[in-house]
Amino acid sequence: MKEQLEKIKQEALAALAAAKESSDLETLRVKYLGKKGELTAVLKQMGKLSAEERPVIGQLANDVRERLTAEIEAQKAKLEQVKLEARLKAEAVDVTIPGREKKLGHRHPMYIALEEIKDIFVGMGFTILDGPEVELAYYNFDRLNAEEGHPSRDWSDTFYFDQDSRVMLRSQTSPMQVHAMETKPLPIRILAPGRVYRKDEVDATHSPMFHQVEGMVIDKNVTMADLKGTLNAVMEQLYGEGTKTRFRPHHFPFTEPSCEMDVQCHKCGGVGCPTCKGEGWIEVLGAGMIHPKVLEMSGIDPEEYSGWAFGMGLERMAMRRFKISDLRLIFENDVRFLEQF
Amino acid sequence: MLLSRRWLNEFVPVDAGDHDFAEDMTLSGSKVEVTEVEGEEISNVVVGRVTEIKRHENSDHMWICQVDVGKEEQVQIVTGAQNVSQGDLVPVALHNSTLPGGIHIKKGKLRGEVSNGMLCSYKELGMTDNDWPHSIVDGIFLLESDPDLKAKNLKPGDDIREALDLNDHVVEFEITPNRPDCLSVIGLAREAAVTYGKPLTLHEPVVKGGGPGNLADLLDVETPAQDLCPRYTARMVRNVKIGPSPKWMRERLRASGVRPINNIVDITNYVMLEYGQPMHAFDYRYVKGGKIIVRRAEEGEELTTLDGNVRKLTHDHLVIADETRAVGLAGIMGGENSEIVDDTVDVVFESANFNGTCIRKGALALGMRTEASAKFEKGLDILNTLPAVNRACELVEMLGAGEVLDGVIDILNFVPQPKTLKLRPEKINALLGTDIDAPEMCRILTDLGFGVDGDDITVPSWRGDVEHYSDLAEEVARFFGYNQIPTTAMRGVTTQGGYSREQVLERDLGAICRSLGYDEIITYSFISPTYYDKIRLPEDSPLRKSLRICNPLGEDTSIMRTTVLPSMLEILTRNYNFRNKSAYLYELGRTYFEKEDGMADEPKILSLGLYGPDESFFTLKGAVETILDSIRAENVTFQAENENPSYHPGRCARVYANGQELGVLGQIHPLVAANYGVDTELFCAELRFDVLFAARGADPEYVPLPKFPAVTRDIAVLVDTAITVGQLEACIQSAAKGLLRDVTLFDIYNGANLPAGKKSVAFNLVLRADDRSLTAQEADDEVKLILAALEKDFGAVLR
Repeated sequence: MKEQLEKIKQEALAALAAAKESSDLETLRVKYLGKKGELTAVLKQMGKLSAEERPVIGQLANDVRERLTAEIEAQKAKLEQVKLEARLKAEAVDVTIPGREKKLGHRHPMYIALEEIKDIFVGMGFTILDGPEVELAYYNFDRLNAEEGHPSRDWSDTFYFDQDSRVMLRSQTSPMQVHAMETKPLPIRILAPGRVYRKDEVDATHSPMFHQVEGMVIDKNVTMADLKGTLNAVMEQLYGEGTKTRFRPHHFPFTEPSCEMDVQCHKCGGVGCPTCKGEGWIEVLGAGMIHPKVLEMSGIDPEEYSGWAFGMGLERMAMRRFKISDLRLIFENDVRFLEQF
Repeated sequence: MLLSRRWLNEFVPVDAGDHDFAEDMTLSGSKVEVTEVEGEEISNVVVGRVTEIKRHENSDHMWICQVDVGKEEQVQIVTGAQNVSQGDLVPVALHNSTLPGGIHIKKGKLRGEVSNGMLCSYKELGMTDNDWPHSIVDGIFLLESDPDLKAKNLKPGDDIREALDLNDHVVEFEITPNRPDCLSVIGLAREAAVTYGKPLTLHEPVVKGGGPGNLADLLDVETPAQDLCPRYTARMVRNVKIGPSPKWMRERLRASGVRPINNIVDITNYVMLEYGQPMHAFDYRYVKGGKIIVRRAEEGEELTTLDGNVRKLTHDHLVIADETRAVGLAGIMGGENSEIVDDTVDVVFESANFNGTCIRKGALALGMRTEASAKFEKGLDILNTLPAVNRACELVEMLGAGEVLDGVIDILNFVPQPKTLKLRPEKINALLGTDIDAPEMCRILTDLGFGVDGDDITVPSWRGDVEHYSDLAEEVARFFGYNQIPTTAMRGVTTQGGYSREQVLERDLGAICRSLGYDEIITYSFISPTYYDKIRLPEDSPLRKSLRICNPLGEDTSIMRTTVLPSMLEILTRNYNFRNKSAYLYELGRTYFEKEDGMADEPKILSLGLYGPDESFFTLKGAVETILDSIRAENVTFQAENENPSYHPGRCARVYANGQELGVLGQIHPLVAANYGVDTELFCAELRFDVLFAARGADPEYVPLPKFPAVTRDIAVLVDTAITVGQLEACIQSAAKGLLRDVTLFDIYNGANLPAGKKSVAFNLVLRADDRSLTAQEADDEVKLILAALEKDFGAVLR
């Protein structure tokens, strides 16, 4: 019997090693270990053995069963591993094939510049104000100290809707200063972006419609030093820390003192190059302390309150930022242009 | 304003280099645009003396010259000019020299003879006969033919720029309209003097006078239009000798961008540049009756101005007239009929002050802004007319150009009162955020010409712009230095900044559109009225009632749009014409509707537009649905719209949320597309922003996740083709008894095997109860109810 068991073991191990499929393993398990299997058949003859032989053969038979069972499992795992590897290999993809991308839309570059500016000012406690584009000359000019006869009121400069030059397309966002003074409680911190209109023929740097953003602060003890400090901080956020700026005297009817603000040319670092037309500086905005007359006209006592305001052109800002060479591209809306931003 | 630095130095010596000067003046308020050095383009051109000249053997017109250019060896130069003789002093462009216009001269051979450069005419040096009136026009510039140059004793080898004094530095300023006083050499000199802390040396004109005759007998001035002529000052010069003005005067005019003409005209221009006071010279012969009348023009009156143009005038124009006719357009340009000519004998110098607005409007109406009108329109110093006319007379005497009569005619219709202000140093410091002491403020103001007496400040007559303490603050700040003012952070009461709900929605809508692949565009708010025809608006459409611009740039931008559709179509068309394969665009733009008071309602519209391969109505509808879903709009419905003339009648819908109409979407009508020259399908949506804002759903409230499984059932029903999916869905929804959780269309079939006029529509139904697992029986009962309703309402038969 011992020889029989040994023979079964050797035969079975050889058969298992040769198995190619896990189904073959199952067949072999049934053949050798199943209820009608060869090992079982041998064990059925145990009764014929002597009492001394029985435990020895029993032990041997169990060893064979365990060995075969283990071998089946091992062989099964090995076959599965081979199978998995074959499958993974078959499933491999060409990772250089383009992915299924979702095409995103693009924000217009002018609005990229505007949104950035809005976020900066909102962070400083400013409220965003929206207002009419069809405006009274009264708000666009008179209330801003640009009296009758001011050149910007000419029909050659401004679009009007009536012969009396009463209703017009606003030529600046500055009338929003007056609307804010009329409607908002003091202190005031507002930012008013929007479309403005001037009678300029379309060319590489002009358009009859463009965008400005106006900012204004009115409070007690507001100084020109505040104006400088705040706008410097804004420029650092827009152009990076350490951005150098300078302020030059200028003239606007509704601010006094008035100034223009330059940032040092990023391209040449201030020595002068074609980008800054050799000046080393690039003009970014106009600003000033709100004219006491303008405050008075809105019923704000200039003895008690003071304020500053600024206005900047957004297209120019975006053109500088994205190195757009021609203003017409901004309004052409060619998707090949839009999708670059 | 062009400023000669040589001229400037006569009033205040400034030795700063050009770059520093530009920066210093800019930072004190006189913005420098650019600085040009005369003769910059000329190099290696010297004075030479022709020592020998002989004919070129191989040419019938060329000459071979040996020229002494101040070096050991003479140079040989071939010239084609015929006016050169032995001994002449001429400009010589040597080998490797440059001339204006980027011309580079090198040695070469001319018909076999070596030429080591070129003899130059003054034209080749970038100058004109106005600069060198004594020299001949064509040919080589014979330097000694000009008396001034002859007197200079020029030597061979001298640099031509020095020889001709072609070396002034000219600074171009951009002067703001509030500072007409800086449109003069003296005005800028005053600014420069304060900028550099140097004294300003002004000159008081001295006129000897004594010319023959009595001014009062010869000339009479009347100013009936006295409101437009606050002051009229005049003097007379007799026995003038018209001729070129001297070299120094011509040089200064040239540097200032003014063409020299003759001594009398040059004097008026010189004084205008120096004093900022426009002047005019009349030929006395043509002032009929010896009488000057400053009056309004007659309606339709004609005058030929100095430039030869006939000007048709209106009552708004101011003219200088004699007893019979206008002889000049006041403050703008003189008349041809009284122009100074070569045989002019007696001259009237006018130095007047005219109303700025009148001059500005007059010039604008005629389209002829002149140097003089540009000054007058800004409002000039009324006290400046007398010194200016005296300066002109002084120059006449200095040049020996005529005999000045004693006396001045000076009509003052308006006596200006000096303006006084209180100096409030603490107020100025509070405004600037500085700590400048009062004496320093007083010093700055005094240097600028303000009268300072304690805290009483008298504004000088030329500073019409200074009216308020804030104006004084600016004067102080300019010379204290804007960049010396400290920088401080904002202080005071903290304000709550942020975006309004509308602004938040605007941002969100933009973000959604972009996530759907749509690019943001910006279109003009004004359009052409013909665009309404292009989108097939009926003649009586209320949308045609647009605000019209009285003075548009052109018809294409003449009315304010009442619809954004033409703007979107224009951009889609442009992209199509650029052969872009597809375009997905959006804009949140305004429309404009006139109100009774002449102002406008400006509702914002979210417009979407697209075209591309394989796109359909449902691409756009899907985008609109996603947008509405993103704002949690409730009860969104779409209704077929077949009346909108701009859209395809079978592929257009109106969209509603909670019964409010949001707008319209669909395929553009093929006729409209054809009007734009587009032969592909275009799709557009127009959604009202205010309704979108109102349609925003409430914040979501958490609903517990289902504990029990759902049962799904698919049904396909046969119905008339006219029945819409929307009708069937609504019927299914209302027939269900509370177990139906979702209905999804999954198929529409129109196969030939179906009865004529029928279609098969298939839905997937999801049924679920919150408190138990549904039995098959319960689900089937619910489906039966639904099918019964479909049959009842639409005769639908289960397939």
